[in-house]
Amino acid sequence: MRSYIGRTLKMASVLALVAGSAQAKDVEVLHWWTSGGEAAALNVLKDDLQKEGIGWKDMPVAGGGGQSAMTVLRARVTSGDPPTAVQMLGFDISDWAQQGALAQLDKVAADGNWDAVVPEALQKFSKYDGHWVAVPVNVHSTNWVWSNKKMLADLGIEEPKTWDEFIAAMQKVKDSGKIALAAGGQPWQEATMFDGVVLSVGGPDFYKKAFIDLDPDALGGPQMVESFKRMEQLHSFVDPNFSGRDWNLATAMVINGEAAFQMMGDWAKGEFLRAGKEAEVDFGCFRTPGTADDVTFNADQFAMFKVGEDAQAAQDAMAKAVMSPSFQIAFNTVKGSVPSRTDVSDEEFDACGKKAMAQLKSASQNGTLLGSMAHGHADPASVKNAIYDVVTANFNGDYDAETAAKELVKAVSLAQ
Amino acid sequence: MARPVQSDLRTRLQEWIPKIVLAPSVASMLIFVYGFIVFTGYLSFTNSRILPTFDLVGWHNYWRLFQLPTWTIAVQNLAIFASLYIAICIAIGLSLAIFLDQKIRGEGLLRPIFLYPMALSFIVTGTAWKWLLDPGIGIEHTLHLWGWESFHFGWIKSSSMAIYTVVIAAVWQSSGFVMAMFLAGLRGIDNEILKAAQMDGASNWNLYRRIIIPQLRPAFLSAFVILAHLAVKSYDLVIALTGGGPGRATELPATFMYSYTFTRNEMGVGAASAVIMLMTIAAIMIPYLYAELKEPK
Repeated sequence: MRSYIGRTLKMASVLALVAGSAQAKDVEVLHWWTSGGEAAALNVLKDDLQKEGIGWKDMPVAGGGGQSAMTVLRARVTSGDPPTAVQMLGFDISDWAQQGALAQLDKVAADGNWDAVVPEALQKFSKYDGHWVAVPVNVHSTNWVWSNKKMLADLGIEEPKTWDEFIAAMQKVKDSGKIALAAGGQPWQEATMFDGVVLSVGGPDFYKKAFIDLDPDALGGPQMVESFKRMEQLHSFVDPNFSGRDWNLATAMVINGEAAFQMMGDWAKGEFLRAGKEAEVDFGCFRTPGTADDVTFNADQFAMFKVGEDAQAAQDAMAKAVMSPSFQIAFNTVKGSVPSRTDVSDEEFDACGKKAMAQLKSASQNGTLLGSMAHGHADPASVKNAIYDVVTANFNGDYDAETAAKELVKAVSLAQ
Repeated sequence: MARPVQSDLRTRLQEWIPKIVLAPSVASMLIFVYGFIVFTGYLSFTNSRILPTFDLVGWHNYWRLFQLPTWTIAVQNLAIFASLYIAICIAIGLSLAIFLDQKIRGEGLLRPIFLYPMALSFIVTGTAWKWLLDPGIGIEHTLHLWGWESFHFGWIKSSSMAIYTVVIAAVWQSSGFVMAMFLAGLRGIDNEILKAAQMDGASNWNLYRRIIIPQLRPAFLSAFVILAHLAVKSYDLVIALTGGGPGRATELPATFMYSYTFTRNEMGVGAASAVIMLMTIAAIMIPYLYAELKEPK
């Protein structure tokens, strides 16, 4: 396989030479940041590179989770014409690195001292075989709960600290006739809630054992049964029309005061900000109750593909620009996420952003910064989707908690 | 004299030109259809994950395929969907054709009205029906606004009923087309026989039951074959209508194949499911082709 890719890559470099050196100083970037705010944030990077005389060839492929982008990428790589950099998540990076398709960034990384400033949990994905192959752009975390402050104040609900308080708070909202939990019934959204729920039931050790080590005893054990039971509790607080709803529509329900809470990653913050809401004034943010100091993350990275030598300088410059604190701040204040390096000032971030940055730092130091299962940072795609299947079957009432835990063991072992 | 040579060249050209013109399309068919069928078959015996690899693993992918609950759901859903879709489309198509065949006024207007849904792509059908069936904005919501508060129609949100909403949308799309096929069949029936039967005092009911419908056998067969393969390969409709949900309740083999091959990085299992789908279609098509070919000329 390696030689197959190698051969096509060689062909690609020959083709690139033939095609002329006009493109040598351009970077071609494949990504799925096509919404207004995201595109604006990318423009910062584009301008930074422009100053160094490096052109930007944009190659956006619409579609939230990047599934269509990955299909395009596959076609480009097999035809021997990979883009310079590709937005990528978690295990996909290692998968591509394994195919020998990624470039090495060790020199740029050493110059920028990346080893020291990037949290170790992230480096696991940015590096392959000890070499830097990708540049992290941001860190999202998934165990957040977003709330409508006004609604909670009207009902006299305090920010819940424990799971029981959370359930009691939602019951209060439900009794008042409003929707307690805004949810979108798509497997990945249900899995995003499951991230936080598992962490709240068993803590970081259990989470690690179940989702990262894929230990069958943990996957089928009593704590997992309890997690599925909590998912059933959550299910009792969503409106009957939840299935198939997009996540941003669910966020809009909280923004408009139709629903009190949403359990979603911090990309939801981008929606609140775009609606002109202010953090900790109009909307509140807190970790899934019971997971205060732990963070389940996913990080967007630019995986750098092997390009011809003539294009390498531009690629290196891009890698350097992505890691520069100014870009990290400019990008992440818009995107809702936090910078992928822990030495950046939090001055320009809002209350939720400051909270997130502090928690990220402490979680990274305590070793409780964990890859998100729902977003492909704990397991490869095949295992992740096998877990999705069980979680969504449980949430939609096809499996009860005990069956779900049993099926989870089976599904994971089949997918490995 | 040059004439005989010229005509010789001409006849030879006449003989060769069709072959030369057809050669590229035959070659591309061989490679891009049959070649890739063979390639997919080969992949289904390898441990391909994110990209094709060539390490053989025997029947392992097929074994895994049949262990997967999602595949079981997909196959069950296909059985429900295909049987209802084919049966209802043929029933509605045939009745519409018979009604239109009664020399009614405005047939020229009605025929395209029934036929036009076929001109839409399944994506459009799926999206439109998704909105119509959504309890929050569609039919249910509208009827509530009109004052029928107790009306409830939430099939699309229920995992046990969602597959039937796929049937509704698909039937809406295809039954007009089936009607057109039957109408053509009806128009092809010899009037003399019908007149003779009417002279003998056959009632309209008997006329249809004993003479007309039996003569529509070829139309039934073509309708069945076309609908069956539409059902086996249906993908876009489900994606637009339910996205495979709620949960995995409306997963079909085609959506299964796509997700395993391209989003779950399990190309081997995806290829195995594609082979199974091909076998299913072959099991329908081969007897049909056989029957067509052996029919007396």
